[in-house]
Amino acid sequence: MNWGSFSNFLAMGGYGGFVWGAYGVTAVLIAAEIFALRARRRRAVQEVASRSRGQG
Amino acid sequence: MIAAVGQVVRRDLLLAVRQRADVVNTLLFFVVVVTLAPLGVGPEINTLRTIAPGVVWVAALLASILSLNRLFALDFADGTLEQLLLTREPLAAIVLGKVAAHWLVTGLPITAMAVPLAVMFDLPRAQAATLVLALLCGTPALSLLGAIGAALTLGLRGGGVLVSLLVLPLNVPILIFGAGAVEAVAGGLSAQAHLLLLAALSLATSVLAPWAIAAALRISLE
Amino acid sequence: MSSTARAEGGVHLFRFAAPAEFYRLAGRLTPWFAALSIVLAVIGLYIGFFAAPTDAQQGESYRIIFIHVPAAWMAMFLYVVMALWAGVGLVFNTRVSAMLASAIAPTGALMAFIALWTGALWGRPTWGAYWVWDARLTSTLILLFLYCGFIALHSAIDDPRRADKAAAVLALVGVVNVPIIYFSVQWWNTLHQGASVRPGGSSMAGIMVAAMLVMVFAFWMYAIAAVLHRVRSVVLEREQRNEWAQAVVVARGGK
Repeated sequence: MNWGSFSNFLAMGGYGGFVWGAYGVTAVLIAAEIFALRARRRRAVQEVASRSRGQG
Repeated sequence: MIAAVGQVVRRDLLLAVRQRADVVNTLLFFVVVVTLAPLGVGPEINTLRTIAPGVVWVAALLASILSLNRLFALDFADGTLEQLLLTREPLAAIVLGKVAAHWLVTGLPITAMAVPLAVMFDLPRAQAATLVLALLCGTPALSLLGAIGAALTLGLRGGGVLVSLLVLPLNVPILIFGAGAVEAVAGGLSAQAHLLLLAALSLATSVLAPWAIAAALRISLE
Repeated sequence: MSSTARAEGGVHLFRFAAPAEFYRLAGRLTPWFAALSIVLAVIGLYIGFFAAPTDAQQGESYRIIFIHVPAAWMAMFLYVVMALWAGVGLVFNTRVSAMLASAIAPTGALMAFIALWTGALWGRPTWGAYWVWDARLTSTLILLFLYCGFIALHSAIDDPRRADKAAAVLALVGVVNVPIIYFSVQWWNTLHQGASVRPGGSSMAGIMVAAMLVMVFAFWMYAIAAVLHRVRSVVLEREQRNEWAQAVVVARGGK
């Protein structure tokens, strides 16, 4: 598929808003999930660490 | 076992009769919700005739869910439920009895109430009859599925909203076939398939749900 | 406990039913699945955007299917897997199975939401409206409600074991109902709307299917990585009082 130019690629034959709206929000949501996953892990590790300090 | 189930049904019915307010309030809620639709949509009678089956069914769903708390909560509060768990009778059978009693005081009155409501929406006789028949076939399944939700959420803070969130998606097939039955008749077709499916769903649910309800009660009470 | 099981041989897999062992296994596996998902996504999107041609009827808007269909399939697939692990946890009373089930739910719900969002944006140029109540999207919406119900019930119960078991019953009831719901929504839709448009017209070019399938695997690998990562946090949260958890965290310098 030869897009010709980057602006053609962005335009997506006139459907650019729909296509990039779909991909964009998906990317944001996946990034948000990854961010939340890491935050949850950090909190869990901190809780365990503080618990071991409290007992140690 | 049959005798025990009969006793459970009789006891629950007696309690319902003594606390008539609960039963009457559920029915009133049903009527009020149905009445809201024309107020929201406008009094154009052709529109109302079209939306009537859907509105009545959605109201039936909501009313049946809101009436669920009396199914187990009262017995849970005074310790009767724990006693029921300890009897030698299979819990699934006892549970079936409780749900049957619940249907007799909610689903059945709702079905009967559909007759005057059909008049409110100017439904032709054939459609009104189909609506009543559909409710008769489908409301048992509503009670059974709702009982699963009630058993799972016993004693929890969420209240009616949590049970609704859990149970309403499961009620979708009953809603679709129940309202669809009346719409089929409205379109000149037969509602036989819809009604048979509704009856089949209610029957299958009456066999399977008691196990789920019993498991849920044990989990909630341990 | 787990080391004696290892010494006895026998069924090795059961040692992963112990949270400590499973925690370690999940930790080793997660990076591989994450890497796989990235590689597959790059390949899939490259094929989808640079090898697949323009569609005759839908123009370029059809390219949304490369994330819409994988998300929708994952939403369905993850629900079944979630119900499976929930059922295993209920029957065998294994904690790790239940923890897995609760870890799958958020990712499954996210997949359902992505399917709905991308479906709406694809529907607008294709059918003229963002939401047309077609059977598949409506079923996916109900699936999202089922996920939310599972998560809501689990969070509403304080005791983790009761929460696990109650949510497991709900998941099993849900998984039995999903085919019935899907069938009834199909029925409801065809009666009201007639035939609906299939993706890419009546037949999709082979290269489009290829890109879509690669993306399905990419989403699948991502889902596994996300769930494994999440379940490790769940394990730590539940096991924080146990020595092994504290030793592991201290050994990693609290990382």
